[in-house]
Amino acid sequence: MIGFTLLLVVLVLAALWASMTTTLLRATLGLALASALLSVVMFSMGATLAAVMELSVCAGLISVVLVSVASLTRPRSIQEEIASRRSRLRRIWPLPLVLIAAGVALSFVHAPVDIVLRLPQSDGDVRTVLWSMRQLDLFGQILILLAGALGVLVLFRKEAKDDD
Amino acid sequence: MSDLLLLVPFVAVVLLYLLPKRARAAGLWIAFGILALEAAAAALDRFATIDVGLLAPLEKLLGFHLATDGLSGLLILCTGLVGMAALLVARRTLESVNERFLFANLVLVAVVGINGIAMVRDLFSLYVFVEVTAVATFILIAAGRGDHVFEGAWKYIFLSVVASVLMLTSLGFFLLSTGGITLDAARTGLEANAPLAWIAMALFLCGLFVKGAMVPFHGWLADAYTAAPAPVSVFMAGVVTKASGIFALLRIAQSTLGGATPGREILLVVGAVTIVGGAFLALTQTNFKRMLAYSSISQMGYIVLALGGDLHLGILAAGLHFFNHAISKSQLFANAAAIEQQLGTLDMDEMGGLGARMPVTAGTSAVASLSIAGLPPLAGFWSKLLIVLALWNAKEYAFAAVAILASLVTLAYFLSLQRKVFFGKPLNKWSGAREASAGLLVPAVVLALITIALGVGFPFALRILMGGGA
Repeated sequence: MIGFTLLLVVLVLAALWASMTTTLLRATLGLALASALLSVVMFSMGATLAAVMELSVCAGLISVVLVSVASLTRPRSIQEEIASRRSRLRRIWPLPLVLIAAGVALSFVHAPVDIVLRLPQSDGDVRTVLWSMRQLDLFGQILILLAGALGVLVLFRKEAKDDD
Repeated sequence: MSDLLLLVPFVAVVLLYLLPKRARAAGLWIAFGILALEAAAAALDRFATIDVGLLAPLEKLLGFHLATDGLSGLLILCTGLVGMAALLVARRTLESVNERFLFANLVLVAVVGINGIAMVRDLFSLYVFVEVTAVATFILIAAGRGDHVFEGAWKYIFLSVVASVLMLTSLGFFLLSTGGITLDAARTGLEANAPLAWIAMALFLCGLFVKGAMVPFHGWLADAYTAAPAPVSVFMAGVVTKASGIFALLRIAQSTLGGATPGREILLVVGAVTIVGGAFLALTQTNFKRMLAYSSISQMGYIVLALGGDLHLGILAAGLHFFNHAISKSQLFANAAAIEQQLGTLDMDEMGGLGARMPVTAGTSAVASLSIAGLPPLAGFWSKLLIVLALWNAKEYAFAAVAILASLVTLAYFLSLQRKVFFGKPLNKWSGAREASAGLLVPAVVLALITIALGVGFPFALRILMGGGA
């Protein structure tokens, strides 16, 4: 239980770091860390399929795409960095406080829940689910990646044109 | 045939990139041909005929089988017609061959998403194809020029993400309450009055309300339509918003909600608020495209309102208004492209007397405006009449009154648009303005003719629709 709580705390801290840091690369690393920890949480709760997807797509693929895009951007000057950090801190400093307050408040709430939750039907392992039951959704994911690739073509060509 | 609706545009996008660079101008026409085939197959109802056995080996290989029905055919027909119009507008408004090539590619990706939305019977698959459409559309908006483009694209994708979170949460609740995420499983949960299933449905509907820009979730639509390049506005206003939000609502109302009272009441209230809110917001606009955008919100409210009326007549009325609005609104955005090309502005306060210089644009725009306002004998009159009848049959007299009265507001803002833009004495500063090129007039004229033909021949169309069980 203590280990699980610690895991959740580190997850929230990683997510906060991703939201509040001013560097794209650090934000990407924070997001990847949060995703990886989330997949550990999912594994430990028995949601294998969700954990595999979270780890492969969010922590893996999305991080690679974000790092690639960040490498194409122009680094900010020190002055811009300082100004951005000030305005960002001014805007988001209440976020961690709100999260902590909400967490503390929820820990005292013991509302009776009369909804009986049933476990989802998850017969079959991850391969069966992906390749035999949800092929259409896999096709949709391939399309989203294709659209993303076209997006990079459209938006970065435009950027290069604007820079000229 | 149905699986080909996903595979053909998908394979085309991949193959188009194998074309040598000098042949890329053909990309737009290849996309046009695919959409023309799609529209023809939907109009002639040829999906089932080709389904018989022909694609069995392919389906075995892919592992999925999709089927179409009357509702799917309606969306696929709209997608084909509006997509062709958007490609023709792109040919005249996008400057370089490369821009047109990328536009055609992204339209094909969005078309796969929309065709998927038309055919799936599973809430998660529906969500996946809604996302495919959203990603392609975001890129289409962001491909435009100008500072406002970023704001429009950002608002669109940000609110799309909010909708996605609501829909995914809803899917989790459906899994927990019913053990499945098909439309049938959701209906079973709702019929059993499982509280968690109703919470899940409410969340899924909220996600669709955001995607469909229902009031009060409409904040993104006017900026996105205004910021988008002209052909993107035609495509978005015609089918994208309707497919992502409104069609999914139609499907859920038909397959899952049935006549369930809480679901109907939600649709009635959201529909009525959207009609009135959108209409009054449209009344105050001075930008041509912005007024059309708010008008779209109001008209999509009519479709949702119809779904809260008598079940069968309501779905027929909603489907018909869906088609009419897709045709007329994409035509009005094509008119906006023609005006912007000639004047370089869409500020209606700076316009006046353009009817003399652009008679075809003025004429077609009048047809679409009057049809959307519900004037007989144009197509919009019949769909609005059916909506009122569907509400009357369900004894929702107050909502029927709202539908009728809001039509007067619609007429008011469209008459204001016609007066400001086309009537009056021609202004000297637009002495150089001429009728738009044939490339922009052809889609406007064809779409206006569809509106007139459907209006005049409505008794025949209704017989076909009733017979086809749409």
